[in-house]
Amino acid sequence: MKRITGILLAVLGFAGIVWADNPLSLTGAGATFPYPMYSKWFSEYHKKDPNIQINYQSIGSGGGIRQVTEGTVDFGASDGPMTDEQLKAYQDKHGFAVLHFPTVLGGVVPTYNIPGVSGELKFTPEALAGIYLGKITKWNDPAITSPNSGVTLPGDDIVVIHRSDGSGTTYIWTDYLSKVSSEWKDKVGKNTSVNWPVGLGGKGNEGVSGLVKQTPSSVGYVELIYAVQNSMPYGSVKNSSGVFVKADLASVTSAAAGAAKNMPADFRVSITDASGKTAYPISSFTWLLIPSKFPDASKRDAVKAFVKWMLADGQNYTEALSYAKLPKEVVAKELEALNSVQ
Amino acid sequence: MNPRLRWRKFVSNFMLTMTCCCALIAVSVLFFILGNLVYHGGTSINWNFFTKLPVPVGETGGGMANAIVGSAKLLLLATLFGVPIGFLGAVYLAEFSGSKVAFVVRYAADLLNGAPSIVIGIFAFTLVVHPFKHFSTFAGGVALGIMMIPITLRSTEQFLLSVPRNLREGAMALGASKWKTIATVVVPAAYRGILTAILLAFARVAGETAPLIFTALGNSYWSHGWNQPTASLPVVIWNYALSAYDDWHRQAWAAGLVLLALILVINIVARAILSRGISVPRA
Amino acid sequence: MSAASTIVPSAGPVAGSRSFLSRLREGDEIARLITFLFAASVVLITVLLVYQLWVSSVLPRHKFGLAFFVTRVWDPVFDNFGALPFIYGTVVTSFVALFLAVPLGIGASIFLAELAPARVSDTLEFFIDLLAAVPSVIYGVLGIFIVVPLMRRFIAPVLKNTLGFLPFFKGPVYGIGFLTAGVVLAIMVVPYIISVSREVLLSVPRDQREAALALGSTRWESTWKVVVPFARTGILGSIFLALARALGETMAVSMVIGNAPTISASLFSPGDSIASVIANQFTEATGDLYTQSLIELGLVLFLLTFILNGLARILIATTSQRGSGMGNA
Repeated sequence: MKRITGILLAVLGFAGIVWADNPLSLTGAGATFPYPMYSKWFSEYHKKDPNIQINYQSIGSGGGIRQVTEGTVDFGASDGPMTDEQLKAYQDKHGFAVLHFPTVLGGVVPTYNIPGVSGELKFTPEALAGIYLGKITKWNDPAITSPNSGVTLPGDDIVVIHRSDGSGTTYIWTDYLSKVSSEWKDKVGKNTSVNWPVGLGGKGNEGVSGLVKQTPSSVGYVELIYAVQNSMPYGSVKNSSGVFVKADLASVTSAAAGAAKNMPADFRVSITDASGKTAYPISSFTWLLIPSKFPDASKRDAVKAFVKWMLADGQNYTEALSYAKLPKEVVAKELEALNSVQ
Repeated sequence: MNPRLRWRKFVSNFMLTMTCCCALIAVSVLFFILGNLVYHGGTSINWNFFTKLPVPVGETGGGMANAIVGSAKLLLLATLFGVPIGFLGAVYLAEFSGSKVAFVVRYAADLLNGAPSIVIGIFAFTLVVHPFKHFSTFAGGVALGIMMIPITLRSTEQFLLSVPRNLREGAMALGASKWKTIATVVVPAAYRGILTAILLAFARVAGETAPLIFTALGNSYWSHGWNQPTASLPVVIWNYALSAYDDWHRQAWAAGLVLLALILVINIVARAILSRGISVPRA
Repeated sequence: MSAASTIVPSAGPVAGSRSFLSRLREGDEIARLITFLFAASVVLITVLLVYQLWVSSVLPRHKFGLAFFVTRVWDPVFDNFGALPFIYGTVVTSFVALFLAVPLGIGASIFLAELAPARVSDTLEFFIDLLAAVPSVIYGVLGIFIVVPLMRRFIAPVLKNTLGFLPFFKGPVYGIGFLTAGVVLAIMVVPYIISVSREVLLSVPRDQREAALALGSTRWESTWKVVVPFARTGILGSIFLALARALGETMAVSMVIGNAPTISASLFSPGDSIASVIANQFTEATGDLYTQSLIELGLVLFLLTFILNGLARILIATTSQRGSGMGNA
């Protein structure tokens, strides 16, 4: 008995010593869309300032909104901006507002796994809406084959893959579909989690890309970097000017060009189906959800310091991961808005 | 031998061979699982795996050091929380209680035992995470501890009850008070069974994932103290397996191998303890 | 004779043969109180659990009432939640699991109880118990990387070719889905059926078996027609136990079922189960109605497993009593 107590005490003591140096730890949760970017950023920032440790869990944008509203995380992240009801709910619960801070621009791409098809497919808005509504069921449907005259598409059934968790990527995708298809808008709507007419669910961008990779004859929507990192083919989408554009830094940046000039004060803006010949139609900002008041001054300072770094040095890491930098006007506005975090 | 008898004998041998096949299939699944884990994960178990932290998505070379330590901390908390309640509660049931109270407590323990682990996770979330406003190792430990209670309670009670009366009576005849009898005679007589029960409960919760998703959440770094979210082996395995990154898949296999090896070793040790020394006759 | 008056009965409440103060001084009363508190805390935790579940699911109960259980829609956008797809998924996967696991489990337990020599039986049982200890998430990993491709490439096409006329085997094959989840669950619950059935079969008194053999039956006949029927309530209990386990399985199922709230006769279709949808959506359910609907699902699951476990226990106890009762005759 004595020996056991002794061992136990030694273990606890050891634990105390090993973890005695306590860096400041922040916890954030939310979108999987920017997770590759954030994981790189937080790792680099930790190297720069080892006293600050930012733990980010990618549980989906819905999770980010929910947990920041509950107050169980220090900040959230979402690619679907919070709705007015959600903002009000936050205000009612906490007594102060939650602020949106755009971090990067990204694109959501339709990625697919069709045996025998390795090249790039062109998708029209009608094709995408039809596939996800369940009305277009085979790959050799005319809506898909007509812009892809050089490719032979098989007559297999399309396996539709969507998100099973609450997702900002879903928000961006359904926002786009709602703009280009009135049937989608009435039947399904746009949200972080919707009642999908067809398809299988994968958890996170990681899960969807995993499923598409492993399931022949499938199509899914993921953030650009997930398709790139996993060497999965993705298609180009016809934008509002009639041009088939593939998602990349330039096309995503040009989608934001209009919004940059007219950015609303709370930074909540949708840039899907943006006008402009070179614009990629399924682009979006992604935001950090930061409370406007922090009871803990050291946490507040850490968050502000990180955001400042993110808006300056951090932006240099984005392009390597296929996310587009924020437009300069937006950066300037954000630095101003940062002052209102107390 | 008439044909009918021949047929019956044939049927008998055939069916009995089928049952043998059933048993072999069932047992071979275990080896199939182990074999796959070793095959897919064995090569990934290297020094990096045990000592490095996870690296940013898409890069290689990361490890699971924080998940291993995180699991250890969670299990330590769970044991500290669940075992005393289970053990002392069982002492009450076996030694002090009347049948009505015993019935209620056993019933409650069975209810708790049968609760799906996800429900325990919800419970721990509403109990610990929600009021204190953050995910934490502590919440995860509470969730796992709650799961350890019923197993520890019922098994300990059974082993205590199986200690023969004459041991107790002998101690009391020598003037020992009841609690002294329990502490110095009854419990040591049943200690093998009790230890087995604790080890089995420990092994059971070591692999639990669902309760940790809502309580300990996860962490890409070391988790300091008890109040922060922490990575844990089962949750990391879950996340990595579902992803599309081959490097993460590799690590998931390796982690699965480590976790299963740990659980199997504990189970084997526990059963060995029990079968070695039966200081009490089997009921 | 004075020594006899100080001998206290060994179990049960302490009789009032010593004064309260002397008991207190010797620490017994304190020990009793302390252990009582711990035992009571078990009851407290359980009561708190049920209470929390009940109280935290009040919104959907008010809004949907009993219609919650028959609504097919799960729509977070329009705030309309129905449990039917998840109840369906849970039931279907569990039944597929039992369909596969019961014959295998009972067959194996017959072998272990009736045929195998004691040492072989014990060794095999040892391995089966180890199988029961494998965590769910590891079954899930094996499910994703091994069972799913196997299902997609070999098993499903074979089933479609041979039994494709049945509504169960129509429809596109994804690899994940009800059938895959059922198969993985079957592997997970087989150990429970085997170990409990084996115990139950072993407790059947020998004279039953011997009487049958004496009358000229073959070993199989004595087993199947005499021993197993004798133990059938206990075996049924083991099946209920396995079912209760299957219902509550979360991780392995969520990794291979497809996560789509679909109700379809086809076993190849993706679906979702109660435990799986809670695991996937709980941390992100925005809005109270959404969260509480998930909690109500959890409450439903809890009640289901509770009833099944209770029934299982009664059934198993009945057989053991019969066995020991008649064996002493």
